[in-house]
Amino acid sequence: MSGWLDGNFVSVVDGVAFGLLLFTIAVGLSLVFGMMDVLNLAHGTLYLAGAYVAYALSDGTLPGLLLALLAGALVGTMGGTALTFLTQPLARRGHLDQAVLTLGITFIVADLLAAAFGGEVLPTDPPTALRGTVDLLGHAYPVYRLVFIAVAAGLALVVYLVFERSSLGALVRATVADRDMVRALGFDIRKVLYGVFASGAALAAVGGVLGAPILGPGPGVDETVLVLSLVVVVVGGLGSVRGALAGALLIGQVQTLGVALLPEYAPFLLFGTMLAVLVVRPNGLVSSAVRT
Amino acid sequence: MSPSRPARAVRSVRPGGPATRRLYATAVVAGLALAPFVLGPYAVGTLSRILVFALLAMSVNLLTGLTGLPTLGQSAYFGVGAYTAAIAATRLTDIGIFQLLIAAGVSALVAVPTGWLAVRARGVVFLMLTLAIGEIVHSAAVNWKSLTNGTDGVSGIPPVVPLPGMPALELDGLVYFYVLAVFLLLFAAVIRLGSTPFALALRGIRDNEPRMKAIGYPTRRYALTVYCGAGALAGAAGALWVSVQRFVSPGDAGFEIAALALLAVVIGGSGSMWGACAGAALVWLTRDYLGNLEAVAGRGPLLLGLLFVIAVYTLPRGLAGVRLPPQLTRKRTA
Repeated sequence: MSGWLDGNFVSVVDGVAFGLLLFTIAVGLSLVFGMMDVLNLAHGTLYLAGAYVAYALSDGTLPGLLLALLAGALVGTMGGTALTFLTQPLARRGHLDQAVLTLGITFIVADLLAAAFGGEVLPTDPPTALRGTVDLLGHAYPVYRLVFIAVAAGLALVVYLVFERSSLGALVRATVADRDMVRALGFDIRKVLYGVFASGAALAAVGGVLGAPILGPGPGVDETVLVLSLVVVVVGGLGSVRGALAGALLIGQVQTLGVALLPEYAPFLLFGTMLAVLVVRPNGLVSSAVRT
Repeated sequence: MSPSRPARAVRSVRPGGPATRRLYATAVVAGLALAPFVLGPYAVGTLSRILVFALLAMSVNLLTGLTGLPTLGQSAYFGVGAYTAAIAATRLTDIGIFQLLIAAGVSALVAVPTGWLAVRARGVVFLMLTLAIGEIVHSAAVNWKSLTNGTDGVSGIPPVVPLPGMPALELDGLVYFYVLAVFLLLFAAVIRLGSTPFALALRGIRDNEPRMKAIGYPTRRYALTVYCGAGALAGAAGALWVSVQRFVSPGDAGFEIAALALLAVVIGGSGSMWGACAGAALVWLTRDYLGNLEAVAGRGPLLLGLLFVIAVYTLPRGLAGVRLPPQLTRKRTA
């Protein structure tokens, strides 16, 4: 067993990095749907926009990366606000209309991005300071991915603390449970909605900036990212931060180990994992009592 | 059942009496049959593709409109059918009817486990699961190179022979008649299905599943049955697609196809098979013709996106809903 782990050590650590990337993206999708009841199929587009921001601003320096992070967060926040605004009139008409609207937005933005950046996948290099490899238990491992793991784990912790441990998070969860009561207490429900949507979108775009060297910007990436985050959300359980983390880490492993070990069957492994989890736990790994 | 039930049944078929309806139907069929004598080859090819795409939209409509299960994964069964037919055509038989049957059968078989998983969920979770299933089939088409040739796709497909003993259809116009014949057969079958107790039970699931369950209907088994049927229909559409294109690539099993088929149903007015076909035609013309105009060359996706957005804001009930007299429109209970 230790021999197997040794042989696939790099894939396993890659899986952790990819899983944390998926968490950063998927948690916004999960919260916006699970808590705010808005289905946002343009979520992958937010990642793609962030990844293009990283490509446009990456100049090989650390300040360049920080600037890209800020710009990505800003783009995500604006995108999330716009999406809240656009989906609001459809709130009473149901999820199918939300799906069609956000799909339409996906097509439009993807076309505009392709017109601006071309139809190729653009390789995005990490800053010079973070290139190269370090020795990790006898394996050469890229520095950037280790830094990424640290940063994304930090983000995950912050998201967890804010949504599950702070009074702000309590307000959000209370809004889900009983909107009228929260309104009666004098809070502005719309602010909560805009806030959750904008921060979920900002996380997806920041994921795009950080993830650009791992899953670079290009046509079709939005779709891949959307599907992987949907799988994470379904496997993890809707509307739960811990569920998104559990689902993301599991899917991250399945994707990297699956591609490394059985490249032809990797897609079926993804389906098999989803099937196995949902057979045992129909509401996902961490079922939130909120909504199914 | 509530007293407003008959009104509902009328709404989901089509406005107008049976005589008017028959007249419309005859006119549409005659128009479709005469089209190749009037139109140029490119337009006939487009019309063939529209008919294939309309079958796919009907398959989506069986799930989304009739049963209330919003699917973004019918491209999976369309793709499975297309690849099956392509592989059958290159290695097994050039006879169209066999290709259709094999493709529909394999698609239905693939729909059993995938549908079993999907119908455990309802609403958006169903949508997410079907989207994931579609994407997994797409990546299988890309990665399972020994069977699918990866991104190169399967080419060298011989012209289709509709029935044993008939000549191979080399001309696009003849292929169109083959597609039209299969389309009309399947369309009639689906319309016929719409008036069976089975379809009524599906509508019951759409409108009030807990009540159906309480009456004693095994609703999940009904949902799985219609899921497999819709999969077979999508698979047959995939086989026709191969007869038209004589080529199949992972794009044919992709997300865009699934999204367009759902859009066709939403634009057409979910529940109405005529609406789904009209929606399919509108969506495909937008994609094919507008995308090829000089002024907007290559901006097909942008136009499609705009169509999605405009449709969702301006046609809350779709094309089929526009013509309805006001007393028949009523709020959905689901």
